[in-house]
Amino acid sequence: MELVVADIAVARGGLTVLEGVSFRLSSGQALVLRGPNGVGKTTLLRTLAGLQPAVGGTVNMAPESLCYGAHADGLKAVLTVAENLRFWAAIHGVDGVDDAMAQMNLTALRDRRAANLSAGQKRRLGLARLLVTGRPIWVLDEPTVSLDAASVQLFAGVLRGHLAAGGMALIATHIDLGLDEAAVLDLSPFKAALPKVARGGGFDEAFA
Amino acid sequence: MIALLTRDLQLAFRAGGGFGLGLAFFLLAAVLVPLGVGPEGATLAKIAPGILWVGALLACLLSLDRIFALDFEDGSLDLLATSPIPLEGVVAVKALAHWLVTGLPLTLVAPVLGVLLNLPGPGYPWLVASLAAGTPALSVIGAFGAALTVGIKRGGLLLSLLVLPLYVPTLIFGAEVVRRGAMGVDVAVPILLLSGITAGALALLPFAAAAAIRVNLR
Repeated sequence: MELVVADIAVARGGLTVLEGVSFRLSSGQALVLRGPNGVGKTTLLRTLAGLQPAVGGTVNMAPESLCYGAHADGLKAVLTVAENLRFWAAIHGVDGVDDAMAQMNLTALRDRRAANLSAGQKRRLGLARLLVTGRPIWVLDEPTVSLDAASVQLFAGVLRGHLAAGGMALIATHIDLGLDEAAVLDLSPFKAALPKVARGGGFDEAFA
Repeated sequence: MIALLTRDLQLAFRAGGGFGLGLAFFLLAAVLVPLGVGPEGATLAKIAPGILWVGALLACLLSLDRIFALDFEDGSLDLLATSPIPLEGVVAVKALAHWLVTGLPLTLVAPVLGVLLNLPGPGYPWLVASLAAGTPALSVIGAFGAALTVGIKRGGLLLSLLVLPLYVPTLIFGAEVVRRGAMGVDVAVPILLLSGITAGALALLPFAAAAAIRVNLR
C-alpha cells in the first residue's frame, strides 16, 4: 500500500499555486508539509482528497483509502459525542466508537452534546473521527489547532499507533508533533512561478 | 445511507432543527386565506385547490436552504463527499429526509385545512393523492436548487428565485388534480403528468445536484 504523488500542480480560485510536487508514502510513514500561509497546503490536501481536480500530474493510491481531516470538524452541535462518532462509523461501515473515544480521551464526555464542548474537546472529537473511518491514509490539515500540549501528545500517540498498524499520514502543520520519524516536505520551492490562469472558465467546468 | 437518513431526521426533530416550521406556515396560510377572502363558501370552494397547493409549495420552500447549507458550514459536506457513499446517494437521502419532515406532514394535514377552505367532498382523496404524488418532486427539485446555491452567503433568496419557476409544472398539475377531483371530473391526465414529473425529477436531479455540489466544493 502506498501513496504516490507525481509532479502534481494544484490551483486555488483558478490560479495555479503549487506545481511539480512529488512524493511517495509507504505503509507506516508520515510526511509533514510545511510552508508559509497561502502557499497551497490546504489546496494540495483538498486535491489529494478528491474535492477538487489537479491541474496536472498524477496521484496513485488504492481507491477509498484516504481519510480527510479538514479545518472544520464536521460535528453536529445537537448530537452527543457518541452519536457524532457513531454516525461517521456507520457511514464508513466500521465499529470501534468506544475504542476511538477511549483513545482520544473522550469517554467521560460521551453523552455531552457537541455544542457544549470546548474548542479543544471538539477538535479531539474531530480527530477521533479518523479512527472510525478505517482508512489507512490520513490527510490532516492543521490537526493540532486549539489542542493543549497534553492533547497534542495524546494525538501524537494515536498517530504513532496508526503508523505502527501500517497506516500513513500526510499532515500540514506548523507545530512540532514530536514525530521524529516523520519526513518533512517544505512546499515553498514548489510555489508556482507566476500566477497564471489554470483553466478558461466556460460551461465545460461543470462537467470536468 | 440509513445512518445519514437517521441523522438528518434526528437533527430535524431536535431543538432548532426546523421541523414543524413548514407545517406551521402551511396551517397559518390556510387559516388566513378565509379571513382575507371572506366567508362565502362558493368562493372558498373554488380557490381551495389552488390555495392549498400554493401553501404547500411555499411551506416546502421555507426549509430548503437547510438541506446542504448546514452541512457545508460545519464541514460535514466535505467529509461526506470523501466518504464511501456516492454524492448522488447523499443528495437522494437528504431529499428523502426533507420530504419526510415537510412533504409527508403537509400531505397528512392538508385534508383538515380543506375543511377550513370548504373544499367539496369528492376533492379530499385527490387532495391527499396529488400532494403525495407531487411533494416528493418539490423536495428533489429543492435539493437541486440547494445544491446549486450551497456555499453562497445568504443564498436563501437566490434559491427561492431559482426553484419557484421549476415548481410551476408541479403546481399546475397538482392543483388541477384537486380541482377536477372536487368537480367529480376524470383526473387521470393531470395525476399521470404530475407523477411523471415526480418520477423524472427523482431519476435525474440527484445526479445534477451531485454535480453542482462537486463544483461548489472546489
